[in-house]
Amino acid sequence: MIAVLTKIGQSVLDPLARMGRANLFFLRLLGALSFLLQRPGLLVKQLHAVGVLSLPIILVSGLFVGMVLGLQGYANLVDFGATSSLGTVVALSLVRELGPVLTALLYAGRAGSALTAGIGLMKATEQLASMQMMAVDPFQRVLAPRFLAGFIAVPLLTGIFTAVGILGGYLVAVVQLGVDGGAFWAQMQAKVHFFTDVVNGVVLKSLVFGVVANWIALFEGYEAQPTSEGISLATTRTVVSTSLAVLGLDFLLTALMFGVW
Amino acid sequence: MSTSATLSHTALPNNKPLITVRGLSFHRSERIIFQDVDLDIPRGRITAIMGPSGAGKTTLLRLISGQIRPDAGRIEVDGVCIHQLGRRELYQLRKRMGMLFQSGALFTDLSVFDNVAFPLREHTRLPAHLIRTLVLMKLESVGLRGARELMPAELSGGMARRVALARAIALDPMMILYDEPFAGQDPISMGVLIKLIRTLNNALGLTSIIVSHDVKETAAIADYLYLMSDGRVVEHGTPATLGHSASPWVTQFMHALPDGPVSFHYPAPPYSADLLLAGAPA
Amino acid sequence: MAKKNLELAVGLFVVLGLAALFLLALKVSDIASLGEDKGYRVSARFENIGGLKVRAPVTLGGVRIGRVVGIDLDPQRYEAVVTLSIDPRYDHLPEDSSASILTSGLLGEQYVGLEPGGMDSALKNGSTLKLTQSALVLEKLIGRMVTNAASGDPPPAKTP
Ligand SMILES: Nc1ncnc2c1ncn2[C@@H]1O[C@H](COP(=O)(O)OP(=O)(O)OP(=O)(O)O)[C@@H](O)[C@H]1O
Ligand SMILES: [Mg+2]
Repeated sequence: MIAVLTKIGQSVLDPLARMGRANLFFLRLLGALSFLLQRPGLLVKQLHAVGVLSLPIILVSGLFVGMVLGLQGYANLVDFGATSSLGTVVALSLVRELGPVLTALLYAGRAGSALTAGIGLMKATEQLASMQMMAVDPFQRVLAPRFLAGFIAVPLLTGIFTAVGILGGYLVAVVQLGVDGGAFWAQMQAKVHFFTDVVNGVVLKSLVFGVVANWIALFEGYEAQPTSEGISLATTRTVVSTSLAVLGLDFLLTALMFGVW
Repeated sequence: MSTSATLSHTALPNNKPLITVRGLSFHRSERIIFQDVDLDIPRGRITAIMGPSGAGKTTLLRLISGQIRPDAGRIEVDGVCIHQLGRRELYQLRKRMGMLFQSGALFTDLSVFDNVAFPLREHTRLPAHLIRTLVLMKLESVGLRGARELMPAELSGGMARRVALARAIALDPMMILYDEPFAGQDPISMGVLIKLIRTLNNALGLTSIIVSHDVKETAAIADYLYLMSDGRVVEHGTPATLGHSASPWVTQFMHALPDGPVSFHYPAPPYSADLLLAGAPA
Repeated sequence: MAKKNLELAVGLFVVLGLAALFLLALKVSDIASLGEDKGYRVSARFENIGGLKVRAPVTLGGVRIGRVVGIDLDPQRYEAVVTLSIDPRYDHLPEDSSASILTSGLLGEQYVGLEPGGMDSALKNGSTLKLTQSALVLEKLIGRMVTNAASGDPPPAKTP
């Protein structure tokens, strides 16, 4: 009986304690960011790891998602003689939702998991401890550059994904299916608003997702049990938690931004 | 209280020990690792801490360097209580400490050269050519100047540990903690290392703490020995006194005899009971 | 050497990302038409504007010449007052031009279409278009068709 109660108590308190640690972790991370003013060079290597190396998957996925949107949109709109709205449909879906969300999900799988495994391994092999013994703070030297690089990379990747996606839609609609090119762009420009759609969708959403995805990835790595099972568990958790957090936040942000309520 | 009594064996240049440990207790989950341990590490000497595997030697080094906090007791390094320091002061103190990790703990994304240069680049503003000179000097002293372009993954275990040693002494610290410096070394590099540790100690006057179970080598260079087991200091003294100790425990350990009071096993229920239990359908 | 390549790749990545964001702003969204409102204003009164929205295009002969910048209700006459902003390049539109609210495609968006008149005097800032044709509202259209059908044929059933 007492054992059961203890179990229940633990299952409530453990996640709470973990959330507390995650918040402290985030604060220390923010505090360490100023160090990068002295050592901007540290950013370059990390931008390469999380940004440049994520480009192939972002480019290919963006192109295909855009092409599928073009096909599906055409199949639905052609019945109403409204294929000239295809540009609007493709652009709005990508700019408002699919661009930021899919980029964040792909980023979690490609870069977030690598961040977690990298930090977890540095912990397991005592690299973080030896750094501390050399009086170098891993938050400044290891975590902050990775966080800032990820924070910069996610919006850029989102922009690239969205732009390539629209290009994919254009290829299918205009080049392949013969929708009028002028109408494709003109309708899009008439219906996609800069502040409500591009700034809210591509920019603000991706900034929020960038913070969340990198925070989760680094925290999971830093908290990982220093064993191979611990690291593989942490990597899985990064992908799962980031995906759930991104989808949940996306709903919240959409409700706030696009005034559904 | 019993500080001076334990250390009356030699006349020290500065009579106060560099490190004093008093009443140290520490546990991990259910297991008590230290119980009321007192230790003194004299300045400018080589002190060795020996004991069977799992006795808590690595844990002791981590406590002394402030990586973990004791449950009770005081650990003073150069007059300050290390587990009460804030991060900034702790880091200030650690710039004067070097530590050789049992695993080497090299940065796997940096080459051998960059690993040794790491503390210099982080803590000094020396020009690149001076850093190069210093790094090559340190690498030369561990015999690995030729390996400077290699990545840690390309090194053998013993080589990695020598690179880690070069990195630990890069900033010319006042004290070095060596965790198993001799493990995985062939007889020649072992000899080189012993000489290196001695030289560093004599030439620079630094304080060394060596954790090891290589009794012969350690006894050869240590000025003072602590033997630990079951969470307490079993015996301490100069290598000469311990070598002729009357205690059966010390004799067994110092002469590596298989039979005696030292337990080779991690604490466990009686062997026969365990076996019988496994035989019975659970 | 390797470091140079790394920096180059990162530089390219950042430029590519920023270029994509610029492209989204300039080519995909309406930012290009946000600042540039140098057009002259012309108003038109409609009985019913249907689903016309601010920012809808204004066209003449299928060519876009401006956009809707304001929609208000005249509280006295219960008419919709639509303000159009016309590109100053087209400053010789006859004063008696007419405006209609049209729909592109069956379910497409609504826009304002101008028909040029024959007068010599031109529209200018503050002019009002006299001749207008309201939007076709689908429900009304269907309603009219149903009553026409009912009055034409011998009525088999009454329509409410
Ligand atoms: N993270 C940990 N969690 C729980 N127990 C631990 C942990 N690290 C070490 N221990 C326990 O602490 C005890 C002392 O470990 P320590 O690493 O200090 O031993 P050691 O004397 O250095 O051994 P060796 O000579 O094999 O390196 C061991 O019994 C080990 O089981
Ligand atoms: Mg050990």
